[in-house]
Amino acid sequence: MKCLEEEEQFKASVMTEELLQHPKEQNIKLPEGSIEKETTTLNLGPTHPATHGVFQNILEVDGERVISAESTVGYIHRAFEKIAERRPLYQITPLTDRLNYCSSPINNMGWHTTCEKLLGIEMPKRVDYLRVIIMELARTADHIICNSVIGVDTGALSVFLYVMQYRELIYEIWEEICGSRLTTNIGRIGGFERNFNATAWQKLERFLKEFPKALKEFENLLQRNRIFIDRTVGAGPISAERALNYGFTGPNLRATGVDYDVRVHTPYCSYQDFEFKIPVGTTGDVYDRWLVRNQEMWESLKIIEQAYRKIQEFKGTDAEVYHANVPEYYLPPKKEVYTTIEALIWHFKIIMGETNIPVGEVWHSVEGANGELGFYLISDGGRSPYRLHFRRPCFVYYQAYPELIKGSMLADAVIVMSSLNLIAGEMDA
Amino acid sequence: MELTNDHIKQRLTEKFGEQVSHFTEPYGMLTFEAPKEMNLKVLQFLYDDPELKFKFLSDLQAVHYPNDTGRELAVVYHLHNMADNVRLRFKVYTDITVPDVFTATQLFACANWMERETYDFFGVNFVGHPNLKRILNVDEMDYFPMRKEYPLEDQTRADKDDEMFGRGGTI
Repeated sequence: MKCLEEEEQFKASVMTEELLQHPKEQNIKLPEGSIEKETTTLNLGPTHPATHGVFQNILEVDGERVISAESTVGYIHRAFEKIAERRPLYQITPLTDRLNYCSSPINNMGWHTTCEKLLGIEMPKRVDYLRVIIMELARTADHIICNSVIGVDTGALSVFLYVMQYRELIYEIWEEICGSRLTTNIGRIGGFERNFNATAWQKLERFLKEFPKALKEFENLLQRNRIFIDRTVGAGPISAERALNYGFTGPNLRATGVDYDVRVHTPYCSYQDFEFKIPVGTTGDVYDRWLVRNQEMWESLKIIEQAYRKIQEFKGTDAEVYHANVPEYYLPPKKEVYTTIEALIWHFKIIMGETNIPVGEVWHSVEGANGELGFYLISDGGRSPYRLHFRRPCFVYYQAYPELIKGSMLADAVIVMSSLNLIAGEMDA
Repeated sequence: MELTNDHIKQRLTEKFGEQVSHFTEPYGMLTFEAPKEMNLKVLQFLYDDPELKFKFLSDLQAVHYPNDTGRELAVVYHLHNMADNVRLRFKVYTDITVPDVFTATQLFACANWMERETYDFFGVNFVGHPNLKRILNVDEMDYFPMRKEYPLEDQTRADKDDEMFGRGGTI
């Protein structure tokens, strides 16, 4: 009782008459001429650990509730579409690396298949299967990052580390095939630059053997984790109708319950030869997005195993095929260029732009790791595109972000952002 | 019944008559154009029609054809009917001196940023857009960089002549 009385006395002494007239200015003395606000403006980004990339969000928060948000993108815009107008087709592949750099091979393959569609190249089955392996590894690598980062943003760092060593293994496989890890520039128009070597196959076998165990462990740590569920269920939900209106594709759309997958709807690279399921969610919240991606990794594993078995079935000369027989578009191996006259001629013709590029406009899309990656290529017969446009999935669906986080807590805004799988490189082109 | 390109074409000509024209099918995708004043009516029809159901806007961008006087800028919509898995491409052309095209943001929420990007790079003025400002480039920029009159590289470099790119002379 005594304590309370003392407190009352203390309060009374502070509450002078002047302060009571202006209760808002009790502690903070605002500068002359400033407008009194009920809410706070908060900058999330451009270089904030929670954005996982360079883009800015200006949030208007009332306490911890987000009232409105405005996004600014374009910090790493590199004018790829303009650069592509002055580059021959085979030199555009390295530009596509730098779109979604967490899964560059999918972009590379998407570009190769777009060119092959324009040029009318029919691909041998074995090359398609090799490409499928590469793309599904890329999808897995991308989902590993996105899903484990959701874990990190909810406070579970260790799961991130458990799966990261398998992303490393995937990078090693790519390294065996093309020599680089992150920005891969893998393959060529018309196939691969070389066949997979023995080390690549060994590492792939190791991946198929060991990764399911790690993925299961990863899944066990998060999927039914009470804390994780409490944090993610109901965070940033979106209805299927709104998601379609906002141009959602990929796992984010499937989390709302729409079973749209380019691999199934418009198969490319012989995806029709594989048995796999399209996992879908129901509510489109962070937890559903996580579940969809997690299940997709299992499906990717199934696809890689099938492709691996299919490739083992090729016998004789078929088992050595790694590119289509299109000398006018496929850059010959350097060794042949130096030793055979035919390869030298084709190499010269391709590099100097003396092969025929058809006139036409092509739309081609592939299932990128975070959505439908589209290429709109207009060719006027020149060796570089007249116009090239990339449909970058996360640029399209990121504009829904203010709607997703409106009224939610600030901490939820962070995990909603990481669950959308936003890649700044892709967004800004 | 399967939704074929011929059927879509028939439905469109029934509704709009002569106004929809230049039907082609490059690489199997139905492509057509309409006057730019008609763009919203065509998009709305494609969206609402119980048979066509083109309710997903895959992509929206522009192309610059500097030699086509009066039709320099083409705004290209890629629409997708997910139920029947059919895509089509719809173009409207506009004069570069009056690059006004009605906005599709009322119909597709995703058109917002796509149109901002198109404005940013080509200067297409989307009439009625809620927030038409630059998105990827800096706000202070006073030109539209994807137009063909802006060369990518230093024009004094002889080794990078356009002739080397198979189309003689500068664009």
